[in-house]
Amino acid sequence: MHAPVHLHATTIPAKLAAPNRWDLLAFPLIFAVLVLLAVGAKGTFGSLEAVKAGPISLDPAMLPGYAVRTVLRMLAAMAASLLFTLTYGTLAAKSKRAELILIPILDVLQSVPILGYISFTVVFFMNLFPGRVLGAELASIFAVFTSQAWNMAFSFYQSLRTVPLDLDEASRAFRFSSWQRFWRVEAPFAVPGLVWNMMMSMSGGWFFVVASEAISVGDEQIALPGIGSYVALAIERQDLGAIGWALLAMTLVILLYDQLMFRPLVVWADHFRSEQAAAQSLPHSWFLTVVHRARFLHALGRPLGLAAQWTLRAPILNKAVPGPMITETTTRSRVVDGLWYVGVILAALFAASIIIRYIATELNWSDVLTVLRLGAYTLLRVAVLIALASIIWVPIGVMIGLRPKLAEAIQPLAQFLAAFPANLLFPFAVITIVRFDLNPDIWLSLLMILGTQWYILFNVIAGATAYPTDFLEAASNFQIHGWKWWRNVILPGIFPYYVTGALTASGGAWNASIVAESVSWGQTHLTAQGLGSYIAEMTTKADYPRIVLGIAVMSLYVIFFNRVLWRRLYRYGERHSRLD
Amino acid sequence: MLEATRSQDVAAKAVLDLSHIHQAFPRPNGDSSVVLDDISFSLREGEIVGVLGRSGCGKSTLLRIASGLMRPTSGKVTYEGAPVDRPAKGIAMVFQTFALFPWLTVLQNVMAGLDALGMKEAQAREKALAAIELIGLDGFETAYPRELSGGMRQRVGFARALVVDPVILLMDEAFSALDVLTAETLRSDFIDIWTEKKTAIKSVMLVTHNIEEAVFLCDRIIVLASNPGRIATELEVPLPQPRERLAPEFREIVDDIYARMTAGRGPQTGEKGDAALAGIGMRLPVVPSLRIADFLDMLALPPLSGKADLRVLGERLRLEVDTLLPVEEAAQILGFVEMKGGALHLTAAGKIFAGDTAEGRKKLFGEHLLRSVPLAAHIRRILSERSPHAAPRGRFLPELQDHLTPHEADQTLTAVIDWGRYAEIFAYDHKHHRFSLTP
Repeated sequence: MHAPVHLHATTIPAKLAAPNRWDLLAFPLIFAVLVLLAVGAKGTFGSLEAVKAGPISLDPAMLPGYAVRTVLRMLAAMAASLLFTLTYGTLAAKSKRAELILIPILDVLQSVPILGYISFTVVFFMNLFPGRVLGAELASIFAVFTSQAWNMAFSFYQSLRTVPLDLDEASRAFRFSSWQRFWRVEAPFAVPGLVWNMMMSMSGGWFFVVASEAISVGDEQIALPGIGSYVALAIERQDLGAIGWALLAMTLVILLYDQLMFRPLVVWADHFRSEQAAAQSLPHSWFLTVVHRARFLHALGRPLGLAAQWTLRAPILNKAVPGPMITETTTRSRVVDGLWYVGVILAALFAASIIIRYIATELNWSDVLTVLRLGAYTLLRVAVLIALASIIWVPIGVMIGLRPKLAEAIQPLAQFLAAFPANLLFPFAVITIVRFDLNPDIWLSLLMILGTQWYILFNVIAGATAYPTDFLEAASNFQIHGWKWWRNVILPGIFPYYVTGALTASGGAWNASIVAESVSWGQTHLTAQGLGSYIAEMTTKADYPRIVLGIAVMSLYVIFFNRVLWRRLYRYGERHSRLD
Repeated sequence: MLEATRSQDVAAKAVLDLSHIHQAFPRPNGDSSVVLDDISFSLREGEIVGVLGRSGCGKSTLLRIASGLMRPTSGKVTYEGAPVDRPAKGIAMVFQTFALFPWLTVLQNVMAGLDALGMKEAQAREKALAAIELIGLDGFETAYPRELSGGMRQRVGFARALVVDPVILLMDEAFSALDVLTAETLRSDFIDIWTEKKTAIKSVMLVTHNIEEAVFLCDRIIVLASNPGRIATELEVPLPQPRERLAPEFREIVDDIYARMTAGRGPQTGEKGDAALAGIGMRLPVVPSLRIADFLDMLALPPLSGKADLRVLGERLRLEVDTLLPVEEAAQILGFVEMKGGALHLTAAGKIFAGDTAEGRKKLFGEHLLRSVPLAAHIRRILSERSPHAAPRGRFLPELQDHLTPHEADQTLTAVIDWGRYAEIFAYDHKHHRFSLTP
């Protein structure tokens, strides 16, 4: 095993900083990315008229430019998500009282369908920057942000809460300031979990960036330059060739993103693993290797490194030194706690009354019943689809996972399929359904799971790969075969992984229902009855009370589904299927 | 030499003073469990003090209170005249688990403490390199902790503690995560650094469960009793450094401490004391029944033939005192062994047990269990009264918690479950947490 390379500028002597051949590789790569980003960013700050004057073109030559704009939105959303994570997650972990509010909020936000409230955010941001593209851009970025931020913040919060006791004690005993503690202990400890969640977020994000670029709310029609708008136009014009080009562009973008951003990140994050044992196989990234070996690049990065070092010593940042450990003997004011509780409950009741009064202005109980009924249809779809996907992918995932060579080849493919925005494939489904005159209520359902079924596959593969070989050998030694083998040997072992995958897939399916239950190809519109198509329809009509009702009911269904099924399964798995 | 600076003859200055330390943790039912009870002693200049005790006696808590990491419920820690209520400058700590930051290199780990003091980078670097060299790690500055062996990691732990020029060094079981050979080398290296006065450290406090380690390193040993932790006895180790483990004087002190740690210890009760004596509140050590059987076998066989020093028995069973004492305690509770004149004897029942068949052993064990452990008899009685003959774990836990801390109650129940299963006086379904009569 080779020693992990490290990024600290202090370890690179300055005299070695002459450019070397690795710089030749690294420079063009990095600057090409920077130039593309700069070009893409230029359009972001123009006026809305410019977008309307120069509408989207289906010329494939325009696609690289559109792709850059789409990527830029993803990056901006990711940056916002990181900022949110570092602040929100930290606050929730550090303050007991803030935690009381912030964590339940996060829990609910995770369950709210993102595409449901896009109509609100569009109006909000457009009013914030009237007549500017920036408003529409921000609305799109916000949609992606909401698909990424919650689980990242959760992961960060969890990590901060579970910093190993001995590292906590060491940092206190050596009198680290709060600032040093955060950057030297807490943040590094959170890195592996955070990077993994960033990858998952990014996977889900492509779907939403594509869905949120071309939005119409009432009379307002916006098509931001990007792959999503390109596809929307191709659908309107029934241009199958253009769809093909868009698929190709999206594939290349996701592959590049993986190579240039995520592999380097995963390799880098590996240094922050807290298990002391050496890793079995170190992930590899050619891009990170190039950057590491490029000397001149290091010299350029040196000031940054020095600045980071400076902040760890600067007296102004390092005044506050945490005291002793908080033990249970430390008394907190019970009265203030009580008041705080009461305040939180009152605020929640007040908020609920606002929502109910708003909905009640135009709607009555029959609307509520309709929405509940539609929600039940969508619930049925999600449940059946998850069951179907499980029946198909669990055995396949196990077969793949138990063959390490095959798993190594298939795993990236499964992850790619999970990241690929399935909404780009919807037109093919519409054509097929129309062609064979299929029932949209049944066959459109498949679209809901098209993109998210892969989460089941790659989690099961991961579980089967991690399954201890000695258990398998014992099973074959005792001649355990067939159904018994599945029931007693492998299924309990992969169960926690499966639940994680199915939970993600079901959440994704709910979200996707808003675009999957109502699709079109040119003038052909197909609709399946359900809560998703209801929300989509009301968004087009800009009927806000009904949108709110739809979102609220969908959120309740998701929360209910999570509590009743997934959480229980998860806890069951934790209790009964632990391998240690 | 150490002789000159040792405490007894010269009334050396106290560097760190602990006075009437009392530590209690609140319990769910409102009252509190006492971990440390009225502990007072001082660290004097030039001495290494060992705090010796079994796991769970609160010695690590005591160390954390001394370091300012924890505040005691009552009592005072004074360091160079000032009260310690938070981690103080001049007190450094070495951890059992090393507590190195895995994402920092050896050099960065060692420098981290200096960064916290706000030292300039160049100066911090120079000092850190010197500390790394002193502890024998030069060449590994840019390695990450996970690339190092356990012994080398703990060397980084020492370097990190030494580099901040501490006045007091605290060691929390600093050698117990290392293998025997590595631990011994590191102990010797540490004693070299200490006796040659290569650092500014005025005094050392170390916490350990290893009697030989304490005798090897310390000038003074404080033995803690458990439940609650209080000072049982205190003794000086008047041997010059470096010490020879096989020397008769050394062995004599080790045997003396063994005797002191086992003497005067009847059946353990919860801290509510005598009221619960012989009731179901008797605290039981978690010792697998099969280990008790091994222990009795070893004691019965020649050359011991029914009588031995605990230390000798421990060496034969390859058990450290920390694991050995609970076994001895369990065997004594069950009436298979007794202490007579500092030596352990098999009782008549113990002799029968050792010579019996597997079936006979179970039967004898069960009889003794029901007779000597009121909790076992209690569970058995409740089960036979009930119909069907079953009861959940939750039926007994609250009763135990009237007498014991939640942790002790849990441990005691775990112990009685294992013993009861072995003796087949009741069965236990782990999945559903249910007791039942043996079918």
